[in-house]
Amino acid sequence: MSATRFTGTDNYVATDDLKMAVNAALTLSRPLLIKGEPGTGKTQLAEEVAAALNAPLHTWHIKSTTRAHQGLYEYDAVSRLRDSQLGDERVHDIANYILKGKLWQAFESEQRAVLLIDEIDKADIEFPNDLLQELDRMEFDVYETRQRISAKQRPLVIITSNNEKELPDAFLRRCFFHYIQFPDRETMQAIVEVHYPGLKKDLLSAALEVFFDLREVPGLKKKPSTSELLDWLKLLLAEDIPPEALGADDPRTILPKLHGALLKNEQDVHLFERLIFMNRRRREQN
Amino acid sequence: MFIGFFLKLKAAGVPVSLTELLALHQALDAHVSGFSIEDFYYLSRLVLVKDERHYDRFDRVFAEHFEGAVALLDELFGEIPEEWLRREAERLLSEEDKKKIESLGGWDKLMETLKKRLEEQQGRHQGGNKWIGTGGTSPFGAHGYNPEGIRIGQDESRHRRAVKVWDKREFRNLDDSVELGTRNIKMALRKLRRFAREGAAEELDLDDTIYSTARNAGYLDLKMVPERHNAVKVLLFLDVGGSMDDHVRVCEELFSAARGEFKHLEYFYFHNFLYEGVWRDNRRRHSERIPTMDVLHRYPADYKLIFVGDATMSPYEISVHGGSVEHWNEEPGAVWLQRMLAVYQHAIWLNPEPQIRWDRVLSIRMTRELMGERMFPLTVAGLEDGIAELKKRRA
Repeated sequence: MSATRFTGTDNYVATDDLKMAVNAALTLSRPLLIKGEPGTGKTQLAEEVAAALNAPLHTWHIKSTTRAHQGLYEYDAVSRLRDSQLGDERVHDIANYILKGKLWQAFESEQRAVLLIDEIDKADIEFPNDLLQELDRMEFDVYETRQRISAKQRPLVIITSNNEKELPDAFLRRCFFHYIQFPDRETMQAIVEVHYPGLKKDLLSAALEVFFDLREVPGLKKKPSTSELLDWLKLLLAEDIPPEALGADDPRTILPKLHGALLKNEQDVHLFERLIFMNRRRREQN
Repeated sequence: MFIGFFLKLKAAGVPVSLTELLALHQALDAHVSGFSIEDFYYLSRLVLVKDERHYDRFDRVFAEHFEGAVALLDELFGEIPEEWLRREAERLLSEEDKKKIESLGGWDKLMETLKKRLEEQQGRHQGGNKWIGTGGTSPFGAHGYNPEGIRIGQDESRHRRAVKVWDKREFRNLDDSVELGTRNIKMALRKLRRFAREGAAEELDLDDTIYSTARNAGYLDLKMVPERHNAVKVLLFLDVGGSMDDHVRVCEELFSAARGEFKHLEYFYFHNFLYEGVWRDNRRRHSERIPTMDVLHRYPADYKLIFVGDATMSPYEISVHGGSVEHWNEEPGAVWLQRMLAVYQHAIWLNPEPQIRWDRVLSIRMTRELMGERMFPLTVAGLEDGIAELKKRRA
């Protein structure tokens, strides 16, 4: 069973509900839709699942101009036209001009593949609807060559969304849905441990203190997330800042060291500075 | 199975359909999850709920529906048949363990002790103490008896943990009827996107190229089109000061979201109601006024108009000339609003006041009438309705 169940990997901490979500999607071969705050590791999940299952990963990054058909295949009419003008022999076989898309590549794989459709909400509103049949049946037709492509092994489809667009109901019905919750303190500790093993305990707890305090500050436009915390820790380690220096910085009275990694918006930094200023004044009055 | 639960979910406004119910059964059939109630909670949430906004509702229904069931399980668990226990334990224990058990006086004695402990446990449990075995003093814990496999105790503690999971109601903020956040507003505003091709032709237009090439007797004739951009244009009018002070935060959020979202966004401020002048900088509101007439002339009619204001004031401020609290207005505000609406056909008014208050305030009723009922509450749901209204085609 070990090859067909996902239990997290050496460098990815998955919570119980997330593991269950991946395993349910694996067992029932249904697409898994993942949402969550930016920086909680949505995209990374697919990479780690692929690594854990030892499966090839096909990543399809979606942009605002991506169309569903591009995931299946593209007919390169322009090359063919050019070749026809030049009298190239290849021109007689239309199959020479069919470019395989990510879905096709995943379907073709002899081994069960992992297909990541990244940030599906970036695409046009009709995009998910255009993929309904393909994801449901795991097959599609190539009209140009009158060929039917069906998946040799139904791939595990992981779809991420940042919620920029509402996804159509018919599409949602076919997916399992999981929302990655922002990790609590314990999980966060485990995550950091995985990324920076042997990090000094006191530095970590001092850093987490600052980090969670910072997330509590009301009115921040972009709350720092897991990936920001990891970046920040990397900086702290590189600068070799002693934990005492962090602990001394009560985030209510002074900007945390190297805060640029945590606060990414000048309005947030500004707001934070104002709060600090107010707190200091209050403290002085007391 | 689970039909009652399913119907309750539906009644609570979680959009579930038969497909999901069947999928849940399929998943249970395939033994995707363990058998604890927490596993079931995660599994059913995974399968039945498709949007984090509905997580909170799901949690509440789950808690309500399964509260009885959890209690029932607790009762049942006092009566686990001994036969089953023994067989289960035999399955789980290694030969070595079994020998150790023998040395302790054999199965029967062990079972007896276990039963006794269980009874004690039930009594003590209500006091909130920990389970047997955790201290390592009982024969069960000490000799590698696996409480997880037998699912006594472990099951219980899982229940308790699981109950917390849905009783925590961590997803309350994500429910859309509650509050706006910048992100939520952005989501709503994004629906107003309209893509159009404008500007420099940089993309190959395949269809047109093929068509032209065919017309060109097979000689390649490349056609280009401009890339697609969000072409929606918005005029935003924000009420500031006075009674709007209570709503500063939500307006700020709306404003910052709108600024990020629309390339063509023009914003102006007014106080209480629209008159002959508006301004763009609150600090210089008196020195740098922009005549409303200029706004009307400057921005073409394809701009969409969004007013944000509580419309709570004296009715005279709308209907009478000279009614403004701030200055002497030559013409009543209603005239200016009508002028605006005559030019811009797509217009809405977003009101941060709770909708139940609208009917009680005369000035809100008047404004609403002037807007042709196109007033929406400043919540995510209201904003979505408003955006839908803006998207409607008007003759």
